[in-house]
Amino acid sequence: MNKKTKVVERDEMVIRFSGDSGDGMQLTGTLFSNTAALFGNYMSTFPDYPSEIRAPSGTVGGVSGFQVHVGHSKVKTPGDLADVLVSMNPAALKANTKWVKQGGVIILDVDNFDEKGIKKAGYDSNPIGKEFLDSFMVVEAPITSLTKEALKDIDLDRKSILRTKNMFALGMVYWLFGKSLDYTENFFKEKFRNKPMVIEANKKVLKAGYYYAETMEALCPYNISRAEVKKGRYRNINGNTAIAWGVLAAAEKAGLNVYVGSYPITPATGILEDVALRRDLGAITFQAEDEIAGICTTIGASFAGKLGVTTTSGPGLALKSEAIGLAVMTELPIVIVNVQRGGPSTGLPTKTEQADLWQVLYGRHGECPVVVLAASTPSNCFKYAFEAAKIALEHMTPVILMSDGFLANGTESWRIPKMADYPDIKPPIVKEDTKNWEPYKRDNKRLARTWALPGTKGLEHRIGGLEKDALTGNVSHDPENHEKMIRIRDEKVEKVVNFIPDLEVEGGKEGDLLVVGWGGTYGHLITVVNELREEGKKVSLAHFNYIRPLPRNTRDVFRKFKKIVVCELNLGQFADYLRMKYQEIKFNQYNKIQGLPFTVIELKKNINKILEDKSNV
Amino acid sequence: MSDTTHKLTVKDLKSDQDARWCPGCGDHAVMNAIQRALIELDIPKEDFVFVSGIGCSSRFPYYMDTYGFHGIHGRASAIATGIKIANPELSVWQITGDGDALAIGGNHFIHTIRRNVDINIILFNNQIYGLTKGQYSPTSFKGLVTKTSPYGTVEEPFHPGELVIGAQGKFFARTIDSNVKLSTEIYIEAGRHNSTSVVEVLQNCVIYNDKIYGYLTDKDEKENRQIILHHNEPMIFGKDSDKGIICKDNKLKVVNIGENGITKDDILVHNAKEINPGIHLMIANMHYPDYPVALGIIRSVDAQTYDYDVNHQMEEIRAKAKIKCVDDLLNSGNTWEL
Repeated sequence: MNKKTKVVERDEMVIRFSGDSGDGMQLTGTLFSNTAALFGNYMSTFPDYPSEIRAPSGTVGGVSGFQVHVGHSKVKTPGDLADVLVSMNPAALKANTKWVKQGGVIILDVDNFDEKGIKKAGYDSNPIGKEFLDSFMVVEAPITSLTKEALKDIDLDRKSILRTKNMFALGMVYWLFGKSLDYTENFFKEKFRNKPMVIEANKKVLKAGYYYAETMEALCPYNISRAEVKKGRYRNINGNTAIAWGVLAAAEKAGLNVYVGSYPITPATGILEDVALRRDLGAITFQAEDEIAGICTTIGASFAGKLGVTTTSGPGLALKSEAIGLAVMTELPIVIVNVQRGGPSTGLPTKTEQADLWQVLYGRHGECPVVVLAASTPSNCFKYAFEAAKIALEHMTPVILMSDGFLANGTESWRIPKMADYPDIKPPIVKEDTKNWEPYKRDNKRLARTWALPGTKGLEHRIGGLEKDALTGNVSHDPENHEKMIRIRDEKVEKVVNFIPDLEVEGGKEGDLLVVGWGGTYGHLITVVNELREEGKKVSLAHFNYIRPLPRNTRDVFRKFKKIVVCELNLGQFADYLRMKYQEIKFNQYNKIQGLPFTVIELKKNINKILEDKSNV
Repeated sequence: MSDTTHKLTVKDLKSDQDARWCPGCGDHAVMNAIQRALIELDIPKEDFVFVSGIGCSSRFPYYMDTYGFHGIHGRASAIATGIKIANPELSVWQITGDGDALAIGGNHFIHTIRRNVDINIILFNNQIYGLTKGQYSPTSFKGLVTKTSPYGTVEEPFHPGELVIGAQGKFFARTIDSNVKLSTEIYIEAGRHNSTSVVEVLQNCVIYNDKIYGYLTDKDEKENRQIILHHNEPMIFGKDSDKGIICKDNKLKVVNIGENGITKDDILVHNAKEINPGIHLMIANMHYPDYPVALGIIRSVDAQTYDYDVNHQMEEIRAKAKIKCVDDLLNSGNTWEL
């Protein structure tokens, strides 16, 4: 690498790739983040793509983006604003200018800033040279024409040539960050194994972009040195894959096989796809005819001895409600994963939100308690999927695991765990001819009934949706038995509190303000709390992964702070849940519901406001 | 997995719960025939699982001393599918009604058949909603007066056989509750056949739709109004065995043997194993009074089952897999040291 220019050292930087949804921006961003990861940077990424398969090309609605936050230390969010924006057309510029830092670099493909492109993007006239771009460093690169020029001697059709222009942009960004081209070149070899011409073309264009950035002398290269984090082997992982692998890990520790019965739904589908790859680990996936069949086959598989899992998003969870009740009644260990998206109805399918909490807690008929967990980072989806399965199997109860679109599609660097460090899971499976066995007899510690699998001699029994006799499991319409069973099912879920860790406070154990969050907002909230503490403010974070039951020490944590603010991506569902449980405590709220994650900037502003408000005590 | 120490008896299959169907309900006879069939299958009791949805017939699993799962309305096929895929060794029986399988559970019903999951679906067709006390069902004939159709229905019914064959069904049989002998024979065949085996039972609801099949059970006329099919035998029926079915101009036709030069040789020979379902569809759709109603095994063809394929594919993949445990998986693909 020939670096004549002075290199600027940075601790962290945010790069956003944006273009038409057909421009390959997700791939470009992924290649860049993998390269940075292999080099040794820590990272967090987030794709931002439209829900239309292919919105009209060149329009703002069709812009697809991929943001990556690269750091020398642990970065916890994909970053609010970009230091570098790559914009393949005017629409991408229009959609993303507001996400670029003042003074940031904007690389444009000027070839697409023709009259047609400008009009399609909704600009009155060419934005290049306009005042609103003055505060950025705009690099006008003729990416399309230079791509064509680079491939003029290659025998490829026009369409295939144009398809490589994202690699020109990627080459430029690699030079800007002093990254090697090796990983990307190897990727071409793998991906286009039988198309040597396509490999050649992509390599040529990637290099052309790299050298163009080097020779144009308009850019100043950055360096983000290798991350100094806990030593170990790392990989990138997104939330969906982490959930898939987490349930596989739980099955291994329980000596069972996984069964996933699901219907494809954005943004949860990736979990089904990832488990589908794992026939090698004994996992069965069943793409059902609908959401209801997804959960009902899962209940059947669980009855027959599998670790039953069904995955969905809000609308699908609504369809599964009745069957969740059946799983509660039959006390079978299934895991229901809800990857939340913007609602109600079809809402914003590709966007993130936390507005399914009430549905998860209360959205069923009858007294129908389930254990509820929420993952809070892409990588800890693994841990909480494992935990959800462990609780389900050992307590014989359905467990709902909450994720969201942000966690599902976001990736981060992850220190690979060793399965030896994870606990064994011991489901209460009963053996042949057990004496005095009854289907609904339960242990005192957990109130879990036992699991007698069909095929086990001497334990033939019937279960179902009708109310059960508290011992035999036979149908019972006895009024007192009904109340007894209602209370048992409730207490069984509440008893899980004895098996989960206490709520941890990050920052001081007491102070002026406690920031409270749950689920996918952790990265943003901890970043803000750390920044405020560095400014000397007495602010701490309590972030919940266990939603029902809540950790035992929750009230004690709350009481040590002068003010509390609950931050969530809904109108205040968790805040209301806490109010119901802790009526003597005052909860402030900060809410956002735009289908987007929080930004650190807006959180800081609003948390400071609450902190400084003298009338609010 | 056969148990050689003890041959199963009907008594072994009865649970300690009393059957709570109305006196005279066809369900009692159906259960009786199913129990008689099960003991002939050489399957240990612990390997039977009965799954049901909601409706009168869906109480069935509670009365059997086997594994049982009383599900929710319409979802029995889905629950049964999950059980069978999870453990293909089990003999899984779904008990369902015309409302449960063909209205609220229609989607699961057709997709289970399409996939060919090896379960046995016993469809109790009484053309009425009994448990909710007398509303019309998707198999009620057009014009039926019920509590929700006081002026008669204005919708066409489903014919289960047509639906099963349309969904690529491999096994379809029809029987009537009162004929325990025929029913038992059919349940044995359904239990032995590797596919989604659907048996439509014409079942009488004594309270809300009594004698809906009276034309088929009429002592004097029943032999003229039903035809009992046997594989490889000519389709002859009638009190005096003098009527038959022929296929002419791509249509089935009822003929009198000995009239118009028709001899026994002209009569259609029933072939339940014919892959092409065209003739089976025509036989399934023979309705009284134009035709005798076909009872017996209408279609029985062999095909690979879903549960076999899923588990077989898995064994093949596992045999040559590089990833043997979760640690292997976590360390696969792009990883690096920090």
